[in-house]
Formats: sequence, structure tokens, C-alpha cells
Amino acid sequence: MWRFIGFRALQAIPVILVVITVTFFLVRAAPGGPFASEKAVSEQVRAALEAQYNLDQPMLQQYFTYLSDLMRGDLGPTFRYPGRDVSEMIMQGLPVTAELGLYALLVAVVIGILAGVFASLKPNTLQDYIPMSFSMVGICMPSFLLGPLLVLVFSIWLGWLPVSGWGNTPGDKILPSLTLGAMYAAYISRLSRSGMLEVLSQDYLRTARAKGLPEHVVIMKHALRGGLLPVISYLGPAFAGLLSGSFVVETIFQIPGLGRFYVQAAFNRDYTMILGTTVFLATLIVTFNLLSDILAAWLNPRLRYQFRK
Amino acid sequence: MNFKILSVLLVAALLAACGGSQESRVVQGNRDGVLHFGNGAEPQGLDPHIVTGVPEHHILQALFEGLVLKNPNTLEVEPAVASSWEVSEDGRTYVFNLREDARWSNGDPITAEDFRWSWERALNPALGSLYNYMFFPIVNAEAFATGQITDFSQVGVSVLDEYTLQVNLTDPTPYFLQLLDHYSMFPVHRATLETFGDPSNRLTRWAREGNMVSNGPFELAEWVVNSHIRVNKSEIYWDKDAIRLNAIVFYPTENIVTEERMFRDGQLHRTQEVPLDKIPGYLRDEPHLIRVDPWLGTYFYMVNTTRPPFNDVRVRKALAMSIDRDLLVSTVMEGIVEPAYALVPPATLGYNPPQLFEYDPEQAKVLLAEAGYPNGSGFPAFDILYNTQESHRKVAEALQQMWNRSLNIGARLLNQEWQVYLDSQSSMNYQVSRRGWIGDYVDPHSFLGMYISNGGNNNTGFTSERYDQIVMQEAPAATTREERYELFYEAESILMEQMPIIPIYTYSTKHLVHPSLKGVPSNIMDYYNYKYVYLEADE
Repeated sequence: MWRFIGFRALQAIPVILVVITVTFFLVRAAPGGPFASEKAVSEQVRAALEAQYNLDQPMLQQYFTYLSDLMRGDLGPTFRYPGRDVSEMIMQGLPVTAELGLYALLVAVVIGILAGVFASLKPNTLQDYIPMSFSMVGICMPSFLLGPLLVLVFSIWLGWLPVSGWGNTPGDKILPSLTLGAMYAAYISRLSRSGMLEVLSQDYLRTARAKGLPEHVVIMKHALRGGLLPVISYLGPAFAGLLSGSFVVETIFQIPGLGRFYVQAAFNRDYTMILGTTVFLATLIVTFNLLSDILAAWLNPRLRYQFRK
Repeated sequence: MNFKILSVLLVAALLAACGGSQESRVVQGNRDGVLHFGNGAEPQGLDPHIVTGVPEHHILQALFEGLVLKNPNTLEVEPAVASSWEVSEDGRTYVFNLREDARWSNGDPITAEDFRWSWERALNPALGSLYNYMFFPIVNAEAFATGQITDFSQVGVSVLDEYTLQVNLTDPTPYFLQLLDHYSMFPVHRATLETFGDPSNRLTRWAREGNMVSNGPFELAEWVVNSHIRVNKSEIYWDKDAIRLNAIVFYPTENIVTEERMFRDGQLHRTQEVPLDKIPGYLRDEPHLIRVDPWLGTYFYMVNTTRPPFNDVRVRKALAMSIDRDLLVSTVMEGIVEPAYALVPPATLGYNPPQLFEYDPEQAKVLLAEAGYPNGSGFPAFDILYNTQESHRKVAEALQQMWNRSLNIGARLLNQEWQVYLDSQSSMNYQVSRRGWIGDYVDPHSFLGMYISNGGNNNTGFTSERYDQIVMQEAPAATTREERYELFYEAESILMEQMPIIPIYTYSTKHLVHPSLKGVPSNIMDYYNYKYVYLEADE
């Protein structure tokens, strides 16, 4: 097991290094720059600005300076917001995005698993078709459509929930979490349905039933454990996806999270902010993949055994 | 699963029920004197010498104060830190008498030296202030900003005594007083800046909550990035009795659809924008909530005059004359803007621009034929460049159709992301491109200054010796406003005769404004003076 973890952790280093390198040179190759503006910037001013951010140095030197700063945990100052550091911005946005992601994941898991298991119990009947059609709609429905629809119904028509904000008014966290979680709920419902269907046809379940165990014990104790394996291994990437993909929801609901910083940084050519956020999210995604691999290995004796050899 | 979703929604509804009975932010704000201000975007920062932009302007206007303020009704200047001033006969020397009761938020008096030091800092080449050109009417300011001289005592700013500041200008600049309440000319607190590092370093933290010392009617109280900025009324401001608001909360509302929803939900007193497709509905059903006013800005297309076939002035004129601006304005723009036939917006402090052409598709055809393209035959296909945005696309499509119908020529639409678009323009890698310009100050110079030969904002290849001479030498030296405007009229006529740009419409500002928000009269600068602003709920 430890060998497995160590091996996967080592694999992560070159991945992240490649991400840094590619991002570093790509953003600098993009047309425009952090100081481009609709009003012309005079030569002197541009030179002064470039000097303040070390952009006057050769590109390779900037690259190695960045790497060595990164080693010391310094992501540099932002271009867009003078007087703020990238790490400060990330630390400001992360708790909000993480909280949103967590609630969304909760929505996704609860709704997704219930719907999936429910559907798998009577495959190819209405009990299967109805939730699965909903989940198909959920997968197809982009959050920039679902969000405003929910707002229209629950905020504007019914007046139950605030239209935007995060932690300012009671209840303002509900709609964003639902909007962000819906698509993942749909995925999870399909994953758990197919996982359950596979398991339900296995011999050991027939044995369990033959022993005379009540149906709910068969499902809850024996089938779920195997049937939800695909869901478990999906949770890691899903959470990373929720963290890095919350931009649209954050914009719709005016939430001060990481996703908004990230996308704004790309539009502003805020080099350090783009790099810092990318590196941070890449590390996060790699870590969550690793965690879900470990969890899956721990739950699945076959995988565990492979690495014991 | 339906049952489960229902139960989740039920819980949501229950939670909402407790939220729903609460009064809205606007109602609360009216009671407590707190203005909830939709501000368009997250400000880059709050250092007045570094930032550029409208959202920053709204906040800095509350936190700082320059020598003068403007009356929001007339846009004429009013005393602020300077209680009075004298202008010499020749209009080149200004002496400002500072009021002795003006204070920084830490209690320090505001002196003439504060202004001298602040202006030296703003012009310091190492700081790289994008708005340093606001100072350029002052003697030697440009030379100092570009590093040609390094001794600030040669610049026309001198401290006569603790509360008297003298400013010498190169030319009598009639709009000089107007510049003084631009944030780039605000004073900053020397001791505070020096506490946080080198004042010419952009990256220090002096302008953060808890660190900032300012001199305006409000003080920075809270700043949560991408959420809100709160400023509270200052108890030390010299004219605090005139301030009727207790606080202002600024919200970064870059998503204008969400902003409109926030307004409808009672979260905002005013919005920075109104989505175009919502305007007709508001105008029809709730006209008391929407404000659409002319703005000091022009929406136009610029033409790359260095490339054929656009190097022929007849082609450029044909393009300009075959645009039915009235139709465009009434359809695509929902009737909320005015057609433009020149660069400077009409009624810019009494200046009215020339109109040298009108919508005349027949004459346009003749011109195009004279240029060698009878009925458009042989005219190469060309690109209309615009930055990716729905409203620009609609305008471009309309023009594409009009040009095709009147001139039988084919334009293609080319949208580029903002930064790429800026790059294409500044490298003149375009044929016809959408462009907008908002004046920095109410004077034709703020527009006509763009098109001097090889000017940084020209980007069309237009050059004219006579034009340069008027804009750079004759108009600045003019002694009366009439003489000055006549010269500008001549310059703008040259510009429109050569037509490197095709004016389309005059911008308008669009805001949703709650009826309880008072003291915000319309003006072409979209200018707020918080001394006039108050909240009063109609019973």
C-alpha cells in the first residue's frame, strides 16, 4: 500500500512541472499583456511597469526565478490588483469555493446515489426511466441555464431565496449549491445505477438472498459496498472539478470564490495569478485523484492485493 | 427520487421562509443611511495614482478629495480642499488657498506640501502612472514624467506657504480646474505611504483596509475582494455636516444580468449597467426605475487608412454615408442612444461638432464608383473587427447588412477576445474596427487629442499637419473659449473630411435607480458628488 502511494506521489511531480512550464510560456505567448489598455500606454510608463514586475528580464530567467520562488511557496504579486499577493488571493477565494464545492458534492452524492440505487432496483421500468431521464436532462443542462432558471422560480416568482450573495443573507447558499451539484448528481446517479446493476447480478448476492436475508439487508449491506465503487473513484475528480469548475456558478450568484479570480485573471493576462491558480488547482486535482485511488484500493481487495505482491 | 428532490426543495423552502420575511437591503439602507451601490467590477486597487477605471473612480471619490469638486448639476467646479483660488490675467498661474480645517483621517492637517509631494509621486517615472498626462498642462510636468528632468523644483508646482499652493501652466488651459478633481490629482498621505515602503513602488499595501489614511468624506471600513467594499462616513472631514449618507457599500457586479436581478430583489439602490434587452421593458412598465442619459463618449468604427482599398478617402466616405444611423439606433440600440456624425459628443460644455455628411446611400454609391468599384464590383471582402461582446456583434451585423444592401460589398465579422483585439488595433493589424472612447474631462481636447499624427491612440494612419498644429499649438494658446472652439471645429472638420473614423452613435449611461436614491442628477460625465446624495424612502 505505501509503495503504491509513494509511486503515485512521485508520478505527480513531473505532471505539475509540465503544467507550470506549459502555462508559463503559453500565457506569455498570448497576444496582449497585463498592461494593455484601450488608452495607449506611453513607452516610459510601460518600461516602468515592466521593471516593477521583472518583465524586463529575459524570459528564461523569469521562468527560473518563478520556479525558485515557487519552491519557497511564493507565488508572487498579482498584476491586476497592485498590493495583493497571488497566494493571498487564493487563500481568500479558496474557503468560499471549497464550501460551495462541499455543499454541491453533498447535493450530488445524496441525490445521485439515491436516484441511482432506486433506479437500479427495478431496471427498465418506470422507476428506472423517470429518474434516469431526469439525470440525462441534468447532464445536458448547463449551469448557466439551470442557475438563472432556479433563480427565476425560487427568487423572483416565489421570493423564497436571495438572488445572489454568499453568507450575506440566510439561505443564499442553497441555490448555488443546487446549481453546481445538479450535473454531478446526474453523473453519480448513472454511475451508481450501472454499478449496482452489475453487482446485483453477482453470485454472492444470490447467495445472500438464498440465505434468506431480508431484501434491505441484501441491498444496504452487500450490494451497496460493491455497487458504489465507481462512485467512490469518481468522487475525487468530481470534487476537484467542483473546485475548478465553479466559475459560472460564482458569476451567476456573485460569489467571491476562486473560480472568478481564475477566469478574470485569464482575461486580464494577469500572468502570476493565472500561473498561481493553475499550479494550485493542478496540485489539488492530482491530490484528489490520488486520494480517491487510495480509497478505491482500500475498498477493493483485488487492487490492494495487486500492490502487495 | 422525485420524492427525494421534493424533500430537498422543501427544506430549501423552509429555510427560505425565514429569509423571505426579512426586509430587503434597500429598505434597511434607507433607514440606516447606507447606500448600496452596484459598481460594475472589482476595483484593481485604491491607490489614486495607480488605478484607472470607473469602478475605482466611484470609490476614490468617496475616500479622497482634491483641490476642487464639481457640482453634479452643472459640472462647474466648487471649492473642496482649496477654499478659493486666483487665476492670473494670462490664465497661466493658479494660486490655491487651502482650508486650514481640512484633515487627513488620522487628524493631520492637509497642507500645500501634501499636494506638492503627492503630485511629485504621481509623476515619478518609476511609479508608471497611466494617468500622468492629466498633469501635462503644468510647466515641465511631461519632462519630469518622461525622465528628461529629475529635479521636481523645475516643475510648475510650488508651495508659497503652509496653506497656499501655486501652479504654473504652459498654456492657458481652460479645463485645468476640471482636471483637479480627477483621482490622479488627489493628494495621498506621505507618512502612511512611507511606512509601507517606497512610495514609487506599486506593490505596497498602504491602500488596504486598516492601513489607508485618506482625506475624503468617507473612510475605508471593509474590503472583501469580489464581494463588497464598505466606506463609512468620516467624523473628521471638514464638511461632514453636508454628508447625509452614513455609509456606502460598493458591490462588484460584472455580471449585468445578475446585477439587474439584485436590483429587482431590493439588494441595490443603483446599478452600473442595464442589460440591453431589459431596457424596453423597464421604459414601458417601470420608467421611474430606469435612467438613460447621454454620456461623454462616442462609439465609432476606425478604418486602417494605410491599406487598400481603405486608403481612398472616397471609400471611407461611402462606408460612412451608407450607414442608416437612425435605423440602427431605433432597432439594434433600442432607441437609447443618439446617432453621431462626428467624434466629439454634442454639447460638450458648449461645443457643438460639425456635421459634414448625412445618410445618403445614393451619393455613397457614386463615391464608391469614383473610387473604382461601380456597384461594388471588384471590392475585396474585408473584416469588421470587434471585441467579443453581444452588443458589438449586433452593430457589426447591422452595418454588414447596410453596406451589402447599399454598396453591394461584402464585410465579414471578426470577433477577438479583448486583449487580442487591443493588440490587433495597436499593431494596426485590422481593416475596419469597432472602437469606443469616453472623455476624461469635459473638453473637445479629450477627444481630438487622440488623432494627432502618430499619437498613441491614433492607430488609423491618419496624419494632417494642420490638424496637429491646431490641436497641439493653436487651440491651447487661444485666449477665449469662442476662439478655442472655432479652432477645434476646424480641426474636427479636417478629421471628418478625411474620415479615418466613422462615427456611429453617442454613448449613453444606463442605470437602474431606486426611487429612494436622491441627489444624483444626470450629467454627461456620469459624475457623482456624494455631498449631494441622500436616501429618502417615499412613504
